[in-house]
Amino acid sequence: MNTPSPTLRQVLAAALGRAAGPSAAAAPEPARAVDVQVCEWAVAGAALAQAGARFAGLWVDHGVHPWQALALFARDGEYLLLRAALEDAAAPALPSLGAYYAAAVRIECGCADLLGVRFEGLADTRRWLRHRAWSEQEHPLRAPPVPRARTPGDTDYPFATVHGDAVHEVPVGPIHAGTIEPGHFRFAAVGEQVLRLELRLGWAHRGVQALAAGRDSAGLLRLAARVSGDSAVAHAWAAAMALERAAGATVPPRALALRALLLERERVANHLGDAGGIANDVGFSFAQMQFGALRERWQRRSAALFGHRLLFDVLVAGGVRGDLDTDGMAALLADHRELRAVLAPLTDIVLDHPSLDDRLIGAGVLSAADARALGCLGFVGRASAQDLDLRRDAPHAPYDTLAVRVPVYTQGDVAARLRVRLDEIQVSLELMDALLAQLPAGPVAASWQAPAGGGAGLGMVEGWRGETLAWVRLDAAGRVACYVPRDPSVFNWPALERLLPGNIVADFPVCNKSVNGSYAGHDL
Amino acid sequence: MLRILNRIVRTGTLTEPPDAAPLETLGIEVRRRLDARFAGSLAIRHVDAGSCNGCELELHALGNPYYDLERFGIRFVASPRHADALLVTGVVSRHMQAALLDAWQAMAAPKLVIAAGACACDGGEFGCSYASAGAVDRVLPVDVRIPGCPPAPAVLLRGLLAALGRSR
Repeated sequence: MNTPSPTLRQVLAAALGRAAGPSAAAAPEPARAVDVQVCEWAVAGAALAQAGARFAGLWVDHGVHPWQALALFARDGEYLLLRAALEDAAAPALPSLGAYYAAAVRIECGCADLLGVRFEGLADTRRWLRHRAWSEQEHPLRAPPVPRARTPGDTDYPFATVHGDAVHEVPVGPIHAGTIEPGHFRFAAVGEQVLRLELRLGWAHRGVQALAAGRDSAGLLRLAARVSGDSAVAHAWAAAMALERAAGATVPPRALALRALLLERERVANHLGDAGGIANDVGFSFAQMQFGALRERWQRRSAALFGHRLLFDVLVAGGVRGDLDTDGMAALLADHRELRAVLAPLTDIVLDHPSLDDRLIGAGVLSAADARALGCLGFVGRASAQDLDLRRDAPHAPYDTLAVRVPVYTQGDVAARLRVRLDEIQVSLELMDALLAQLPAGPVAASWQAPAGGGAGLGMVEGWRGETLAWVRLDAAGRVACYVPRDPSVFNWPALERLLPGNIVADFPVCNKSVNGSYAGHDL
Repeated sequence: MLRILNRIVRTGTLTEPPDAAPLETLGIEVRRRLDARFAGSLAIRHVDAGSCNGCELELHALGNPYYDLERFGIRFVASPRHADALLVTGVVSRHMQAALLDAWQAMAAPKLVIAAGACACDGGEFGCSYASAGAVDRVLPVDVRIPGCPPAPAVLLRGLLAALGRSR
């Protein structure tokens, strides 16, 4: 029989030539932390890439002295958190992981913009989160720059150019034709066909990390819910989990079950909206109206039972804000039955309609190799053969007691991304039925006590877009010293650049909708 | 085709009558001016100047069968040159400030500015910082404010109808 493959920790130990153990400080669950020197950072990254680990995030905790660089890797449900102290406070530097992980490049660019960390060997030295609101010499998370009365537009970003007689450029954004978030897309096209797409994001940069500093738990969760308004529960739960891990707090079982119910409700609402949006982008307004009506009824129920149509501010540190009574449970179960009944004929139509098939099948193909190389998450990854779901692979309560089916397709086109969403609605309905059938009794929140002497924690949940993270460090007074949310969009935006070439410019909206990255969640 | 028609017939009409609540928050003066100048129809250019996407989701909802915004003569247009009103969501991020001003300057007078959502109205959770210029009225003259985080579609609809100067 096969010998079991070494764990990521063993891989790292072999690469570093020493035992890779956690530091004396408690390792933040659920990831196992390994401390390395800055000079070992690249060796570790290379070894983990070689071992097939997925890159799941990189950030710098500036709420502790010396600053701490953290990078998260995952393989088969095993998470490993690499940590290195940036001893040189005046000129912090770290080797770039871009050579091993393509998705690390823009994350490192953003980190350099906000904190002035120098990434040695970084292939792309252009500004990314920085436009013109502060200069190259300023670093907002070190010292807030003094703003000008009017910030000029970022008009001279050096996009890569494509040369050739028939090549023309199409600039789109930051303001788009529809009601969507701001971003800039630069197409190089020949005739109608796209040769190259380059993204320019950062327009919705609101300074989330700076705003978090000094907040209490309630203030942090309010902010987390607004990192990306469509993922309010995902980001709030990730932040709450990070807080609770920092404090070693236990959350009552009923609160955890209700959080999962809310997270699945958020997933269903967004998937319904996206299914309609994808249909609308190819002119099939029937499906847009049908899915729009279903989403509206779903949101109204959320408002009636949980107090908010988009489930903002429903979590508190230690639990959830409100309870669910038996009438509410009955209403939800009836909703689930009704949604299943309406979705069945609608799904039949959407998945078997010649004019839709013609536009969606084969459009915007993301290869499995690209999805893997970029570390694509959620429905974008799962439509391109990436069989990943935190709820199944590294389940936290209450998912550890539930069987989570994970739909995976290999086609990687718009149709597959739509299909994953429709399947996931069914999975969420099963999960919510199961949660309601075995909803534990008891309180919905434990009293929250910030940890004496401070602490840090990592929260991870499978939001509707995929694995959503939050890193929180609390100071000795229990106030937030560092908050870094990591939206899955960070890994899905680059996929758009890979899947679009070869498609026509006019298919960009439906390709973009099928990926549906969060601009706000990326830009922070 | 039969499956689609069957679904449409079974769905029926979901559209609801608008809430006829009085629109106190709006000055009579603004209403009179709008009535006269925009002749009962309003073309809106929406700009997300730094929103979390919550307001956008609720703006989308205005198009669903329950609200059916276009029956009131209100529609979203792609070009600011076609627009009577600029509807701004979010704080004005400093990175979006120039683009927002460009859109406003491209509009023909008379033009309205509608601030929708807590961030656009008063800065909300994000306020003023190195990254954010704050509420819309720090950058543009605001005529109508629609509060809420985010404002529910019914609230948005009421605010827009108020801007239109038509109350039923």
